[in-house]
Amino acid sequence: MVSHDLTRRLVRFPPVLIDVHAHFLHDRTPRADWRERNASRLRAGERVGITIHVASILGSWGHTSPIYFPSRDDLVYGNDRMLALQREHPARIRGYVTVNPNYTEHALAEIRRCLDAGMIGIKLAASRRADDPLLDPICALARERGVPILHHIWQHRRRDYPGQEASDAVELGRLARRHKSVNFLLAHIGGGGDWTHTLPVLGDMPNVLVDLSGSGVDGGMLEACIGAVGVERLLWGCDLTIETGWAKLRYLEHLLSPADLDLVRWRNAARIFPPGAFPSD
Amino acid sequence: MRIDVNAFLGSYPYRRVPGTSPDALLAAMDRTGIDRAWVSHLPGIFWRDPAAGNAWLYEAARGQARLRPVPAVHPEMAGWESVVREAADAGAPAVRCDPTFYGIAPVSPAMRALVAACGRAGVPLMLAVRLEDGRQRHPNDHAADLPAAAIRALVRADAAARLIVTHADRPFVEEVHFGSTPDEASRILWDICWIWGPPEDHLETLLRTVGPERFVFGTGQPLRIPENSLAKLDLLDLSAADRAAIEGGNLEGAAR
Repeated sequence: MVSHDLTRRLVRFPPVLIDVHAHFLHDRTPRADWRERNASRLRAGERVGITIHVASILGSWGHTSPIYFPSRDDLVYGNDRMLALQREHPARIRGYVTVNPNYTEHALAEIRRCLDAGMIGIKLAASRRADDPLLDPICALARERGVPILHHIWQHRRRDYPGQEASDAVELGRLARRHKSVNFLLAHIGGGGDWTHTLPVLGDMPNVLVDLSGSGVDGGMLEACIGAVGVERLLWGCDLTIETGWAKLRYLEHLLSPADLDLVRWRNAARIFPPGAFPSD
Repeated sequence: MRIDVNAFLGSYPYRRVPGTSPDALLAAMDRTGIDRAWVSHLPGIFWRDPAAGNAWLYEAARGQARLRPVPAVHPEMAGWESVVREAADAGAPAVRCDPTFYGIAPVSPAMRALVAACGRAGVPLMLAVRLEDGRQRHPNDHAADLPAAAIRALVRADAAARLIVTHADRPFVEEVHFGSTPDEASRILWDICWIWGPPEDHLETLLRTVGPERFVFGTGQPLRIPENSLAKLDLLDLSAADRAAIEGGNLEGAAR
């Protein structure tokens, strides 16, 4: 029989679940329904039990500069909106500061500004190849500030794809080896491309963690992730599709012990983000 | 009764997929509360004669009340009419044809003849738009996605034809549904496995604009984890009646 005291504690402390890969929209994007989409994410998050959405805004989402090549003005506006959302929902939303490495001084200043204002990580989309030296000063600042970098990844980049200067695990790996004291989130293993190419690359890179988000829900993918990097390097997330995140979580409940599941749900995230970033800390 | 119309048995040629045996599929169904599954022979989709996998499929489903076979038919192979007759005689809930995987035109006299034969036999024809995300497919997997225009053409090919289309996304469904007459649209069922949930809310939108009576529960397992289709339904505020319709009720009358 469960004691009243335990019941009270369970009610007070529901299981923590951190979505490390979320996005929000704003009024200067191409989406007239941006409010509905933002509200839908939060509503679905409540149903799934997401404690914290760690989110980014990629400039104007293509409205006045390309999604993956955001202009400086769009980055500032998007980051400002991200900060506003974090202020409006202090118990539910945390922000990544999004920067374009092609504007080095702007990127460094924007990172300092937004981390000082309470953001907890850096988002790099696909404005410059991951192994390019232009990313080094950003990584140096990440190390100095003790924040992780979420890097957009195309799982096995076979060519250049329109609209982005995408990178794959091999290219992110080169960057991660140059900056071994920075934690990198390899974005959306289910988000497109060939994840069977990505996973073998990651074995000897303890500072690269796999973000499980993305619309892909391939049978065998989660087992392969666990086999390739272990539960200590898996992070739960949704990206553009909350149902796929929930599906993976439900599947993991059958694969992992409760303790290991907790690592994926939030403990690994709590380890790599700054102390105090989450209420669970 | 929760029925998965979109399940597979057998190996996939382009990557290792766990859980492709009948026993493994039944275990996954137990795990996710799926009562029955309509099963297709996955390797046969890539064979020169996809119907060559049907005997194994019938045998695998025989004596297993929870699995119902969906045999494959290639309308440019001699004797294809007997495959449809055999399926009807065996009580198969549908037959499937995946023209782009077979390397044949999705709209052709042969495909129209197949649609008509299915209509006469009272057996729905199942077609998959895709099996995998185009961004991750094997470099040698060149089969095109099934075009929406093909579904519009095929449903017009025979007034008795009924189609079940799997792995379609929201734009595909909308293009066909609103590009068809009400009668044509009423003869198409869409599985939900490839339709996005929140925050884009594509499924919620389609249930409002197209109607819950046009959708059926499908997962694409074991290529995809079946939890996904359940999660997207659990994220909706569906009435019990609508949920029951999607999970099985809409198949009454559409399938044998």
